[in-house]
Amino acid sequence: MSDDASDLYQRLIMERARHPLHAGRVEAAQAEAEGNNPMCGDRVRLSLRCDEAGVIIEAAHETRGCAICVASADVLAETVIGRAGSEMAPLAVEFETMVQTGLVPAREDFAMLQAFAGVSAYRSRHRCATLPWQALTAAMNKRRELEHG
Amino acid sequence: MSVAVAVPLFDVERIRADFPILSQSVHGKKLVFLDSAASAQKPRAVIDAMVRTMETRYANVHRGLHWMSEQCSDDYEAVRDKVAHFINASRDEIVFVRNATEAVNLVAHSYGRTALQAGDAVVVSEMEHHANLVPWQMLRDAHGVELRVVRITDAGEIDFSHLEQLFADGKVRLLAVTHMSNVLGTYTPVERLASFAHAHGARILLDGAQAVVHRAVDVRAIDADFYVFSGHKLYGPTGIGVLYGKAELLEKMPPFLGGGEMIGTVSYQHSTWAKPPFRFEAGTPAIIETIGLGAAIDYVNAIGFAAIAAHERELTDHALAVLAPIPGLHIAGAAQDRGGVVSFTLDGVHAHDVATLLDKQGIAVRAGHHCAEPLTRRLGLDSTARASFGVYSTLAEIDALRTGLERIRKMFS
Repeated sequence: MSDDASDLYQRLIMERARHPLHAGRVEAAQAEAEGNNPMCGDRVRLSLRCDEAGVIIEAAHETRGCAICVASADVLAETVIGRAGSEMAPLAVEFETMVQTGLVPAREDFAMLQAFAGVSAYRSRHRCATLPWQALTAAMNKRRELEHG
Repeated sequence: MSVAVAVPLFDVERIRADFPILSQSVHGKKLVFLDSAASAQKPRAVIDAMVRTMETRYANVHRGLHWMSEQCSDDYEAVRDKVAHFINASRDEIVFVRNATEAVNLVAHSYGRTALQAGDAVVVSEMEHHANLVPWQMLRDAHGVELRVVRITDAGEIDFSHLEQLFADGKVRLLAVTHMSNVLGTYTPVERLASFAHAHGARILLDGAQAVVHRAVDVRAIDADFYVFSGHKLYGPTGIGVLYGKAELLEKMPPFLGGGEMIGTVSYQHSTWAKPPFRFEAGTPAIIETIGLGAAIDYVNAIGFAAIAAHERELTDHALAVLAPIPGLHIAGAAQDRGGVVSFTLDGVHAHDVATLLDKQGIAVRAGHHCAEPLTRRLGLDSTARASFGVYSTLAEIDALRTGLERIRKMFS
């Protein structure tokens, strides 16, 4: 670990924290959910739109939080666009496992997500990285309930 | 400096040598511990007193008819005298509890449910720690009292004109406020608040968890009805705290917890209660921790509050002077009378990022809402970073904080 925590604050994380590319709200969103961390006041609101086949075609986030949390939400949005809603639950589990262990799955879709593997060394910050993914899981669960409910 | 001003003898390097943990390194850097308001480090004298008790004089207290128990009981009860002397109370007004939080809960439960009636009001301030807010919300919900919140000014001081409005209908029976804010560093004018409450027929409870560490507290001079604090912020161990209550009030209060130690006589049908303070100390107490607290009080007394206060004044002035000019840094609160707690935000950098990046440089600060979430919102913020000082803190450590913050600012700019 270096003095400036560059293992944690990777270039991608700093860029996305400063200039998120997917900040905002999806109009006519079909799935929305909020992730809250009452310990620190961080909040992520995620909104998604899917096509008829259940593929996510739009994703955006409104995040109030630290650099890790904002960047994680932004990279999440970028990662999930174009993917089937049904893939989201296992993907969220894989992401959380990576944050816990620091081990990166050898897969193309983790090329960007792996920027968050460094968070594993900072136990008190795990939640900052995983909060957007918990919001994603909640959003997909809500959508499923609406469809089947 | 004028020669007419007596400068207390204070050698911070000698003080630091008393705290073994301060020689530790963190991430390969010399530890700069600026989180004493959350919990202070422990001097060798406290550590030794606790170890010595366990090694040579330990048994349960107040029960044994043997030498070991008598010695240990004497040591334990001697701390009650020490605490009483420390805040100018009598020994039967000193109740040992787990921490300040438990003390407030004890008063809310025991005093709150008997001395207060539905329709009475309790007033707290906007700058309370959750420990002096949530127990009163619970009392409100369970017992039907009204909870009112007195505003603070933007500088972070009690708004007395609002306080007068809140007391105007004569329903307020208790004012529960902090003696020093753990976020803003504000010292409240406790003598004035006590006199105000009493003039309106109300009692006053003071949360002294922060203040008692930095200033000599005289509960009689303040005319406090209840005063609470924790041992662990006062360089003592965790698990031991103090409730001071005026004898006339404790005498009328029912027990908080039932069990051994707190009884007069017990039959299968009913029991009678011991006199205060034992009425409020059910079960085997935190014996070793209490003895540790006694050693902490001795330690602080040996340095003296005149010297401690002067040192911390210098630290606080220095911190405000070197942090305020950092571009984009905003210090929370601007009370006239403030202690060694400086909470701040840095534009464009979340407090958690500040804390993590300072930690990498060996500097420990706290970040978040500091168990005062409504206050953080009142300030229009989500979170702050907080540097807080103790008797062992140095000007060089504050300079290290400034350097660290400058680095972080550059990294995020």
